[in-house]
Amino acid sequence: MVTINKPATKLNEPSKPQKSSSPSLTAFVKAFKNSIVLIVFILLWELAPQLGFVEKTFLPPFSEVVQAWWELLVTGELWRHFEASILRSLFGFLLALALAIPLGLIIGWYPLARDLLTPILELFRNTAALALLPVFILILGIGEVSKISIVLFACTWPVLLNTISAVKNVDPLLIKSARSMNISSFKLFYKVILPASVPTIFTGIRMAGTGAILVLIAAEMIGAKAGLGYFITYSQYNFLIPEMYAGIITISLLGLLINYGLSSAERYFSRWKQ
Amino acid sequence: MDKIKFERVTKKFLVRDEYKKGAQREFTAIKDIEFSVKEGEFITLVGPSGCGKSTLLDLLTGLTQPTKGRILIDGREITGPGLDRGIVFQQYALFPWKTARGNIEFGLEAKGIPKSERKEKAEYYLDLVGLKNFADRYPHELSGGMKQRVAIARSLAFNPDVLLMDEPFAALDAQTRETLQTELLRIWKKTGKTIIFITHGIDEAVYLGERVVVLSANPGTVKKIVDIPLKDRLEDADIKSNPAFINARREVWNLLHEPEFQGAHI
Ligand SMILES: Nc1ncnc2c1ncn2[C@@H]1O[C@H](COP(=O)(O)OP(=O)(O)OP(=O)(O)O)[C@@H](O)[C@H]1O
Ligand SMILES: [Mg+2]
Repeated sequence: MVTINKPATKLNEPSKPQKSSSPSLTAFVKAFKNSIVLIVFILLWELAPQLGFVEKTFLPPFSEVVQAWWELLVTGELWRHFEASILRSLFGFLLALALAIPLGLIIGWYPLARDLLTPILELFRNTAALALLPVFILILGIGEVSKISIVLFACTWPVLLNTISAVKNVDPLLIKSARSMNISSFKLFYKVILPASVPTIFTGIRMAGTGAILVLIAAEMIGAKAGLGYFITYSQYNFLIPEMYAGIITISLLGLLINYGLSSAERYFSRWKQ
Repeated sequence: MDKIKFERVTKKFLVRDEYKKGAQREFTAIKDIEFSVKEGEFITLVGPSGCGKSTLLDLLTGLTQPTKGRILIDGREITGPGLDRGIVFQQYALFPWKTARGNIEFGLEAKGIPKSERKEKAEYYLDLVGLKNFADRYPHELSGGMKQRVAIARSLAFNPDVLLMDEPFAALDAQTRETLQTELLRIWKKTGKTIIFITHGIDEAVYLGERVVVLSANPGTVKKIVDIPLKDRLEDADIKSNPAFINARREVWNLLHEPEFQGAHI
């Protein structure tokens, strides 16, 4: 059977292997498609200052920036700022999750609490966290507390509001179905409401992740002694332009890293969705 | 002995008043329903849309209480949900984050069956509905008929005495429906469960039910209970041309098409 089948399938579809070509080639094509624009961008960045299209002092060639970045990395300077930033944002972000998810689950579960609180929560969410930065500094000073607090503030609202709406929108049929099996309220919450809410909660978490970096960098630019935001403004004031760009690139990398991490987590927790 | 007994069951809902803004009025969904189901009986419920079939089933699950009257199971009044009744909802109601197996184990866990036994039991019921090879699929990876079979397996697995089914095959194509109908009859014969089965289809009601309860609408009341004198539903391949089937079918059809029903649509 097997020996008869094999040549038959080979005869039947001779065009298919040719069309899709070898796997390594398709992988190469895919990698090329994904990176070509990026490569062109970097080339432009390199060549434009080199050829004098832009002022070299304001936009140093990419290679110079990379060199500056490498030196900062080797001396440990970059790491010091990176560490400060990531610790602050992580701390504020995780604190926001620990606060907003349980709170959102409870508020979402009680219709009265939901109806009473949603308007004020929407108001807070739509108050740009940065507009409140002076208030935070006024009350909490310019130390770590105010910076972590502003990240916490910025991260809380999207997570909280998404959690509330996630709980509210759990398919009532699923609740009915679980209830009909006579399970306790706690189990209903833990086994049905929570897993059903995860994808919507995660959308909020991702918004919070983006917000955390944005707000933190801005806060560090205004008042700090370490952190990537501080480093960028410091470099600018001292006319260390390649270093400034190195700091900007590092922030991009940090943003990508966070987004990638949260996306993978989201995919993992929502793998049951189509 | 009556397994289930409806005693003058009435259910009213509060609905918005169309004439007075902001006011509420009572709406009688079902009124003075009275009939019993015998132990091990397969009974089907038919009636026009909105006559209160799902309302009746909700009362049986114990998630809602009748406004008047009471429902008895084994002589005891229903006061809340319980695992002596298994429900198959019209829209499957599977948990999308659980695999077919996980969904079945959910009910077993609710019943307090130890983890080691759950897997084995889930396997058995998956096999019973012909889904052994789909145990680890998520609901979105299953076809409509497969989902419905998982839902049936889930409610069978925790071994309830009574199976309550609300138009479980309504969303399926004719072929799948027929397969599942015979499968359900097979399972019923094998397990001897009491089954209450709601349907829109007259053929389905007559084919499956030993008795067909015909309901009328506005408010929902029992119009007539028709006995179906068919013996060997599974053996007789051509049962739908059997005179007994044809007669019963005609009777139910006539009951559903009497003038009062047409009036209900105006
Ligand atoms: N929670 C509720 N509040 C108010 N009215 C309700 C409620 N549930 C059902 N009804 C009303 O009770 C009546 C019966 O509804 P039910 O869902 O039991 O009908 P049904 O016979 O199952 O109809 P269908 O065949 O279309 O599923 C309908 O008129 C419906 O509007
Ligand atoms: Mg219904």
